[in-house]
Amino acid sequence: MATLGPSGFSPYPVAVYEGVLNPPPGKALMFNEIVDEELAMREAARAMLTRANPTIFPGPQVLYAWNEEAREKAKLVKRIAQVLGAKIIPMYDYRPKYPKIDPAVEINPNHPNLTIWHNRIKACIFVGVHCHYANVALKIIRAETDCFTIAMCGMAGHEDAMITLRDQHVEEMERFIKVAEEVKKELGK
Amino acid sequence: MQATESVIYNRAGQRVVSPEYLLFEAPRTKHFMTGSEAVKEAVRRASVDASVSYPITPQSEAAHLIGELWVEGYVGVYFRGESEFGVMSEIAGCAMAGARTITTTSGPGTLRAFENFPMWAGTRIPVQLVLMARGVNSPLSIQPDNLEVGFLLDTGCMIWYAENAQDLFDMILAGFVVAEQPDVHVPVITVVDGFFVSHTREAIMLPPDDIALPPYNPYRAPMPVIDAEVPPGRFLRDPFVMKSNYISYATHASWQWEVRSAIERSRPYAKRYLKGLIEEFGDPSAELVFVACGTAAAQAKEAVRLLEDEGIKARVVKLKTIRPFPVEELKGAVKNAKYIFVPEFNVVGWLEREVRRYLYGHSDAEVIGSPRVAGGMTMPAEVIVQEVLKLTGKEVKHVL
Repeated sequence: MATLGPSGFSPYPVAVYEGVLNPPPGKALMFNEIVDEELAMREAARAMLTRANPTIFPGPQVLYAWNEEAREKAKLVKRIAQVLGAKIIPMYDYRPKYPKIDPAVEINPNHPNLTIWHNRIKACIFVGVHCHYANVALKIIRAETDCFTIAMCGMAGHEDAMITLRDQHVEEMERFIKVAEEVKKELGK
Repeated sequence: MQATESVIYNRAGQRVVSPEYLLFEAPRTKHFMTGSEAVKEAVRRASVDASVSYPITPQSEAAHLIGELWVEGYVGVYFRGESEFGVMSEIAGCAMAGARTITTTSGPGTLRAFENFPMWAGTRIPVQLVLMARGVNSPLSIQPDNLEVGFLLDTGCMIWYAENAQDLFDMILAGFVVAEQPDVHVPVITVVDGFFVSHTREAIMLPPDDIALPPYNPYRAPMPVIDAEVPPGRFLRDPFVMKSNYISYATHASWQWEVRSAIERSRPYAKRYLKGLIEEFGDPSAELVFVACGTAAAQAKEAVRLLEDEGIKARVVKLKTIRPFPVEELKGAVKNAKYIFVPEFNVVGWLEREVRRYLYGHSDAEVIGSPRVAGGMTMPAEVIVQEVLKLTGKEVKHVL
């Protein structure tokens, strides 16, 4: 994750240009530190359980039943939302919405801040969003909002998120649910 | 033999092996071939899905040789574009549809196709362009000159520079592996100096031709592959409409930084598959350093040998990648340097500019953009030696 504020001539922070790269396989990224995945999962769950209007933003890779893993992941996303008491607002399409997006029902990678502002979201999870669009959106969210961002990525991760969990497939998501249930219990929720 | 649980074969019937096995472990045998033929041999082992060519000549015969591979069943699709612009556009279409694609170009053809290169990067397609640098200056040149590389530096593509046919062969294979990493996934332009490498024969070590890279998996791409049958792909990659509002500007800004971030993410992968972003040659204690790429690096190595006869210690830092630029590696390699020569095959000295930019404030060495040849001139090692001797005030013995 980058320092808040402009990076060079960009209006947005760019973590890579501050020397922050994705975590290696088996590890996670929390702010700008490489940590154990378990620790990152716990902090992600804590952020979602303690901040206002936690929301999951599922992308096309888990919204559409295009393979068996997507079906399984979609069920797990719903389960995660239940455990965390989070809303689900889909990013079902990557095309910008003109003249105006309906921020109550969807989020778009080109102007994700509008949905976050409208719903006063203070913590969110990106899951199933194609990596390029997640990266574009996470830079904008970091600069334009005070939302705590968590990337649950099936590939190499997103260094512009505040917490990055990489290589997240069915097994890892099931583990996250268990961790979230534990944290929820610890918080007395 | 690579340890695998099951043997997988590609469309050409080649055994699919890991990139590590193909690049580093497979036994190799010596062959004698041109740089263009080295391209063919790399593509033969790369499980390439598509290639498009334009019948330009005398760029090199590389594109023609890839056509032969199509006839032999090693390349899935091969066709001729209407122009250089058409080729680069069609290459993009193939890649967006999920194909591993490669093409070649050089010189003026590069400029005619130019609009496509930043488009490739912006759409995050991991295509490979083998650029046999040939010069673009008027009056029209068909001779070796790498001016066009200077124009390509900020297109959002990775740029790697091969010194010889062996480098080129290995870089083409490694190029696909690095470019297709999900967090990288931008094009790679593999540069080699036209004629000096493309048309001359040299010894090259090749792994067997019955093994090949794993096929490309487009469903790991950072943008949805255009697949009309599979739902995420039905959402085409519509650009955000360039309305005059802050959202459009903001998205574009974030998008551009993301493309450049992707190049930076390639560093650890490139280090692994290229065995480092730089190569050092010569006396490590030498205070006189040549920073060069491609044929200029090869000639600088010869100059180091000649300078030894003059009692002058020198060394070469060969840059394998220009984008990403090996900043930290270069800083480390020249930390004791007093003089840095940057020999180049172009009139503008784009590599000298890059070296000055990245070493500014990090090195006390004097950077000398010399010798510089262009338009097809060769750069004999003696010319490089002469420049050094002029600096040191020594008598120039070599007759050119």
